[in-house]
Amino acid sequence: MEEMANKKLLKVNDLRVSFFTPAGEVKAVGGISYDLNYGEVMGIVGESGSGKSVEAYSIIGLLQSPGKVVGGSIEFEGENVLEFSDQRMRSFRGNEVSMIFQNPMTCLNPVYTIGNQLMEALTCHDKAVTKRDAYNRAREMLELVGIHDGDRRMKQYPHELSGGMRQRVMIAMGLICSPKLLIADEPTTALDVTIQAQILELMKDIRKKTHMAIIFITHNLGVVADICDRISVMYAGKIVEQGTADEIFYNPSHPYTKGLLKSMPRVDADEHERLIPIEGTPVDMLNPPDGCPFGPRCEYCMKICLKHNPPKAELSATHNAACWLLTMPNKEETEND
Amino acid sequence: MASYLVKRVLMALLALLIITCVTFIIMNLVPGGPFMSEKAPSPEVLAALEAKYGLNKPIGEQLINYLKDVLRGDFGVSFRMQKNRPVIEIIQDLFPVSARVGLFAVINAVLIGIPIGCLAAYNRGKVLDSALRVVMTIGISIPSFVVATLLLILLSVNLKILPGMGLTDWRNYIMPCFALSFYPMCYIGRMTRSSMLDAINADYIRTARAKGLSSGRIIFKHALRNSLIPVVTYIGPMIAYLLTGGFVVETVFSIPGLGRYFIQSILNRDYPIIMGTTVFLAAFVIMMNLVVDILYKVIDPRINLSNGGEA
Repeated sequence: MEEMANKKLLKVNDLRVSFFTPAGEVKAVGGISYDLNYGEVMGIVGESGSGKSVEAYSIIGLLQSPGKVVGGSIEFEGENVLEFSDQRMRSFRGNEVSMIFQNPMTCLNPVYTIGNQLMEALTCHDKAVTKRDAYNRAREMLELVGIHDGDRRMKQYPHELSGGMRQRVMIAMGLICSPKLLIADEPTTALDVTIQAQILELMKDIRKKTHMAIIFITHNLGVVADICDRISVMYAGKIVEQGTADEIFYNPSHPYTKGLLKSMPRVDADEHERLIPIEGTPVDMLNPPDGCPFGPRCEYCMKICLKHNPPKAELSATHNAACWLLTMPNKEETEND
Repeated sequence: MASYLVKRVLMALLALLIITCVTFIIMNLVPGGPFMSEKAPSPEVLAALEAKYGLNKPIGEQLINYLKDVLRGDFGVSFRMQKNRPVIEIIQDLFPVSARVGLFAVINAVLIGIPIGCLAAYNRGKVLDSALRVVMTIGISIPSFVVATLLLILLSVNLKILPGMGLTDWRNYIMPCFALSFYPMCYIGRMTRSSMLDAINADYIRTARAKGLSSGRIIFKHALRNSLIPVVTYIGPMIAYLLTGGFVVETVFSIPGLGRYFIQSILNRDYPIIMGTTVFLAAFVIMMNLVVDILYKVIDPRINLSNGGEA
């Protein structure tokens, strides 16, 4: 791991994704950049429609029409994913990067057995593997995700399994080719809270065992706190703040991040304490406002915020946030603008 | 499963009984009879003929006698068309002729219809999809006698590349098979396309794509099986209809098959043949429907047959 530490697994540079709808171009992702080390876990947090899933789909080439990458690059181990041929993309998906999804109830094909679907994920990349080996590997994976009666489960159909169990199967399927990166798109959202905790525990455990990098997409800050090394907070298709988990939780710098943290229920809250919501409604992505997209909802909003997009302010080597509050050394300048 | 099958077979027999009775009664209610013709036989001859075949009895008694005979496996003999030849023998003779043409038509309809439906769904909104949809819409709107006649005029009369009648050579089969299968092929194509479109947008298809499967595998393994239920529902009875022969196509191409014979028997009021062929076709359709129901379970393991096919 050590010698790889300096080399980046994934480099996303100024990625822009748009959806071309009859009503106009929706800039779902408006120029985001980040990178990911081998074995690192990054959380992408944001509300619905902030572009976090769209961003992840473009890494694995699953963007559906009318969505289209309109700019930027995604480099995976030095190769630009956006320039992959169909052939290369197929060998990339599932093999080097795999993805698990939000709704385990509908993500498995109802008409094939668990075993069939697990083994297929392996055999479609490794043509040389024998049926026996594929079977054993699939069982091994089920064991890894905490399903111990593998032989029985392999013969079952998805409808015979519970939601948590199906998500475990999805994770097993994602891991079967030993990918270098796992993208988890809200893997716990559709599950009830106790199962959520189990799945998170499982993902932490897998991380320890496999040293695989994970991009963890969620709208729930509580979920990422535990598992992520770094966190990117997305709002309206942009990363507004990026930092280590500690920096985001103990030193949130963007008003949006602060708002998210304040709106989280706390165990130690007083009985009658209310949650503090972020006022306003999310941005209309068809007609985004000028300037900072969070401006209209921001309690610290200044004139400049509504005119110009804020630059990234480097707060530490690992921590940055895009907010005018952080880049204005002297207040006078703001007033003059 | 076993109790389900027993229940279904009993229901099938009941349905057959009802079909038999209704057909028998309607057939007898239609004015005229098997021995009417321009050269009317003398009343004595007529009475003798009717007495011979039991037609002078009340209709209820005739029906009961017929049912008794059928239970013994006796479907009677032809009154007119092939005088005194057992109906079973006639069906045994004619069914294979129709079935051969029909079988190729079934294969054609299924093996072309399903892939073009998949192809259209996969290329939704593109030129190929539009083109296939036009062809399929034409296919389900043109009656088979038009298709058959056009083929005959074009390929047999004008271009003289295919024989126009009879069934002596494999080349004789091409036009009837195509004419017979064109409608079901297009219908299957349209149905496959629409149910495939639902399947393609399902989450498990996204999972399949994320696994790195090829488009072919995604479409034909993952999406197709999930969209087969409505298609199979149509294909089951279709097989029965195609194998027992299309009247129009058999008439246009002069094929001595069961379909044509069935219509002729109605025109001739040859009661035992009308009954025999109707019961045969009904039994065939009912059997295919049973096969379809069992196939549901094979296609989709979530379907539970014993509680009425609820998923």
